Amino acid sequence: MNSAKYVLGKALRMISLLVALCLVSFILVKNSPIDPVQAYIGADMMRVSEEQRELIAENWGLDKPPVEQFFSWAGAIVQGDFGTSMIYREPVIEVIGQRFAASLALMGVAWVLSGIFGFLMGIIAGMNRGKLIDRAIKWYCLTLAATPTFWLGLILLMIFAVWLGWFPIGMGVPVGVLSENVSISEKLYHLILPALTLSIVGVANIALHTRQKLLDVLESDYVLFARANGESGLGLVWKHGLRNIALPAVTLQFASFSELFGGSVLAEQVFSYPGLGQATVQAGLRGDVPLLLGIVLISAIFVFSGNLIGDIICSVVDPRIKEGRSSV
Amino acid sequence: MNLVPETENHVIDNAILSGGLRLNFNRRQKTLIITGICSALLIGIIVAAQLMSNTGIATNFSQQNLAPSWSHPFGTDWLGRDMFTRTIKGLAISIQIGLLASSVSVVIALVLGMCAATMGEKVDAVISWLVDLFMGVPHLVALVLIAVVLGGGAKGVIIGVALTHWPSLTRVIRAEVMQVRSSQYVLVSRHLGRSRWWIASRHILPHLLPQFFVGLILIFPHAILHEASITFLGFGLSPHLPAIGVILSESMGYLAAGMWWLAFFPGLSLLIIVRAFDVIGDNLRMLLDPHRAHE
Repeated sequence: MNSAKYVLGKALRMISLLVALCLVSFILVKNSPIDPVQAYIGADMMRVSEEQRELIAENWGLDKPPVEQFFSWAGAIVQGDFGTSMIYREPVIEVIGQRFAASLALMGVAWVLSGIFGFLMGIIAGMNRGKLIDRAIKWYCLTLAATPTFWLGLILLMIFAVWLGWFPIGMGVPVGVLSENVSISEKLYHLILPALTLSIVGVANIALHTRQKLLDVLESDYVLFARANGESGLGLVWKHGLRNIALPAVTLQFASFSELFGGSVLAEQVFSYPGLGQATVQAGLRGDVPLLLGIVLISAIFVFSGNLIGDIICSVVDPRIKEGRSSV
Repeated sequence: MNLVPETENHVIDNAILSGGLRLNFNRRQKTLIITGICSALLIGIIVAAQLMSNTGIATNFSQQNLAPSWSHPFGTDWLGRDMFTRTIKGLAISIQIGLLASSVSVVIALVLGMCAATMGEKVDAVISWLVDLFMGVPHLVALVLIAVVLGGGAKGVIIGVALTHWPSLTRVIRAEVMQVRSSQYVLVSRHLGRSRWWIASRHILPHLLPQFFVGLILIFPHAILHEASITFLGFGLSPHLPAIGVILSESMGYLAAGMWWLAFFPGLSLLIIVRAFDVIGDNLRMLLDPHRAHE
C-alpha cells in the first residue's frame, strides 16, 4: 500500500514536470528566431509566394494567439500526435520510434557493459585500497571522466577503422543497402565501436561510486567483527559487502540515463550511427521544430523513467527504505 | 590482513614514493604544490594565447598537412595552419567561456540553494521541483535546444551551459545551509538575539564561501566539456574561431586520410586542461575542508 502511494507520488511529480517542460520549451521556441514557415519551405523559397506562405501559416494555426497555439499543440501531444517532421516529412512519432530503437540498442549495450565492468572495477579497487591496482583504477576513472566523449570516439575510429581497418568508417549501414534489408549481424558490426566508446566512458562514475561505498562498508563495525571471526578477502565482500553496495550502484546506473543519452548523441555523430542523437543534431541544425520538441520530451521521459525505475527498485528491494518510509 | 589502519598505509606509501627522490613534503605541502603547478599551467595557456601572433593560424599553402615535427609540434592542417597555435588559442577560448558560464551557474546555485534552505517549506518544494525539471532533460539536448533558440554562437553556449549546470550544486548548498542553520552555535546566536541578517552574513556565508569556490572549479570541467561538445555538434562557437570543438569536427573529414594529429593533440590538450581543473578542485576542497584533508 505504502509502496503504491510512493510510486504514485513519484509518477504525479513526473507528469507535472513534463507539463512544465512542454510549456518551457514551447515558450523558448516561440521566442526563437526560427520562422517555422521558412524552415518548412527551405530550398523552395523562390517558388513560394507571399500568399502561399500566409496560407501555410493559417493552415498551421500560426496566426492565432500563442496561448491558443500552445493548447492545441499540447492537446495533440496528449493524444500522441507530435506533428510532422519537416526534414524527414514523416510524423515525428514515427521518426522518433525508428531512431529510438537504434539508439536503445546502442545505449543498452553500453549501459549493461559499463554497469558490469564499472561495478567490478569498483570492487577490485575498494578491496585493494591504496595499492597499485586501486590507484590505477582511480586514475583511469578520473581521467576518463575528463575525456571528451567525441574525442574518444575519434581516437577509436582512427585506431580500429583507419589503421587496423577492422570496422567501417562511419555509416550505420553498409553503402548501397536499403535500411530495411540490413541484417542483424551487420547492425551489430556497426554498433560495436560506438557502444565501446560509451562503455569506456561510462564505467568511471559507477566504479568510483562503488569503490567509495565498499570502503565505507569495510570500515564498519560489522565488518570488523567479521574480520575478527576470521573472514577475509572475497568471501567477506561477498557475504557482507555486496548487498550493501549493489543497491546504490543500481540506482546510480539508472540515474545515469541523462549522461548516457548525451553521450549517445556525440557517439552517433562521430560514427554516423542513424539513431536519435543524429536526428537531434539534424533537427537542431535545420530548424525542424516539431522534431526537436518531440525529442526533448521523449528524452525527458527517458530520463524520468530511469530515475523512477531506480527509485522503485530501491524501495522494493531495500528493507531499510521501506521501513524508513512507513515510520515517517 | 587489512587490519592495519589506513593512515599507516599511507605513511608507508608516501615513504616509498618519495624515498627515491628524497623529497619529504607533507600532505598539505604536496597539495599546495600540485595546485600551484596546475594553476600555472592554466594561466600560462591564457597568457600564451594572448602573446601568440596570428601568423601561426593564417592560411599558408607552402606547409600543408605536415606531420608533427619540432617546428610544428602538433602538425599543420590542410590550410597550412599551425595546429599548436590553434590548440592553445582554442583552449584559451574554452577556459574563458567555461569561467563565465560556470560563474553564472554557481551564482544561480548559491542563490537558489540559500533560498531553498531558509525561506520555508513551500519555496524549498518549488526549488527542488525546479532542480528536478532541469535535471530531467539530458544536458546535451537542453544545450541544443537553447543554442537553437538563441541562434547559436558564444551567447547561446554560455547561457546554455550556465542554465544547465546549477542543479547539483544547488542541492549541495541547500544541504550545507540546512546543516549550519541547525547547528548549536547558530541556535545560541539566535537565542542571544542576533538578527537574521547577522546570522546569515556572519555564520552561514563563511561556510558557503569554500562551497562557492570549490563548486565553481568543479563545475568548470563540465562546462568546458559541454562547450566543446556542443561546438563539435555545430551549435556552438562560430567555425571561424579556433575552438577545440571546431578543430575536432573539422578533423573528422581528414581522419580517413591518416591525418591523426589533427584530432589527437587538440583533444588530448583539452583532456589535460579538464583534468587540471579537477585536480585543483579536489585539492582546494582538501585545503578548505578540514574533514576531508586526509582523504
